[in-house]
Amino acid sequence: MIDATDRRIIEALQGGLPLVPAPYAQVADDLGIEEAALLDRLAALKTRGVIRRIAAAPNHYKLGMTSNGMTVWDVQDDLIGELGAHIGALPFVTHCYERPRALPDWPYNLFAMVHGSSPDEVEDKRGQIAAILGSACRGSDILYSTRILKKTGLRLKAKG
Amino acid sequence: MTPLDDTDRRLLNRLQEDLPLTPRPYADVAAEFGITEQDLLDRLTRMKADRVITRFGPFFDAAAMGGDFCLCAMAVPEAEFETVLTKVNAHPEVAHNYERTHRLNMWFVLATETPEAITATADAIERETGITVHRFPKLQEFFIGFRVAA
Repeated sequence: MIDATDRRIIEALQGGLPLVPAPYAQVADDLGIEEAALLDRLAALKTRGVIRRIAAAPNHYKLGMTSNGMTVWDVQDDLIGELGAHIGALPFVTHCYERPRALPDWPYNLFAMVHGSSPDEVEDKRGQIAAILGSACRGSDILYSTRILKKTGLRLKAKG
Repeated sequence: MTPLDDTDRRLLNRLQEDLPLTPRPYADVAAEFGITEQDLLDRLTRMKADRVITRFGPFFDAAAMGGDFCLCAMAVPEAEFETVLTKVNAHPEVAHNYERTHRLNMWFVLATETPEAITATADAIERETGITVHRFPKLQEFFIGFRVAA
């Protein structure tokens, strides 16, 4: 869990880190705390996994990754752990999860995101996944993203 | 948009990994590349303005804060798409949202401070739009290979 100071820090940083030479000093100043105290707090939040990393979120489209497919698979339940680990380790898969099916509309329980510079490239990668899953897979589909509708990341609600 | 040069691309690959927790983090990364701190900040500012980078800063894990994440999907009739989108995106719990090629054409992630808020938010969206919100919480995570080669 997070305390009130952690919460103020997260609120101050959720829009992003300032692009100035001493960003943590600026944020600490805004919060009325010492820079060293802020750095200690951030290190503790990282240790606890609340902050995964401080980094750039790239826009796939602007980097020429114009084909972004969410591949979805109906995989035999008793094999999903083993096969999911195999698919997740493929270098071109960026996210891979087991999720519940929503029958009858949605029979798929394995989700793997695949990115490429053309639909052919993505289809080729999808074929490689299909080959690994083999007969343990009873059906699949691919959903291309056609538009980013929102991308803000986590926002804490204002309290009080 | 200004085309990316080799330094931009190398920088973008590096900046998808962790920035150091030091007083001058940009200077530290600039030193790895043999460029000045100001050059790095100018490049980062330009790539953000050009939307090559959608966000720069900490990536938070709502679950580690005691909250939760959930992937959700809706089948939105084309004629209502923009109206429904406005209602869905108005919720601050909607962290990102993508249009996809399927009958289930709107896919978004809820990130909330409590596990209960996932259900509350999804239920609220159903009430406001009259459309079922299918919920796909993760059961197992196999890998997060977040990097995109620039």
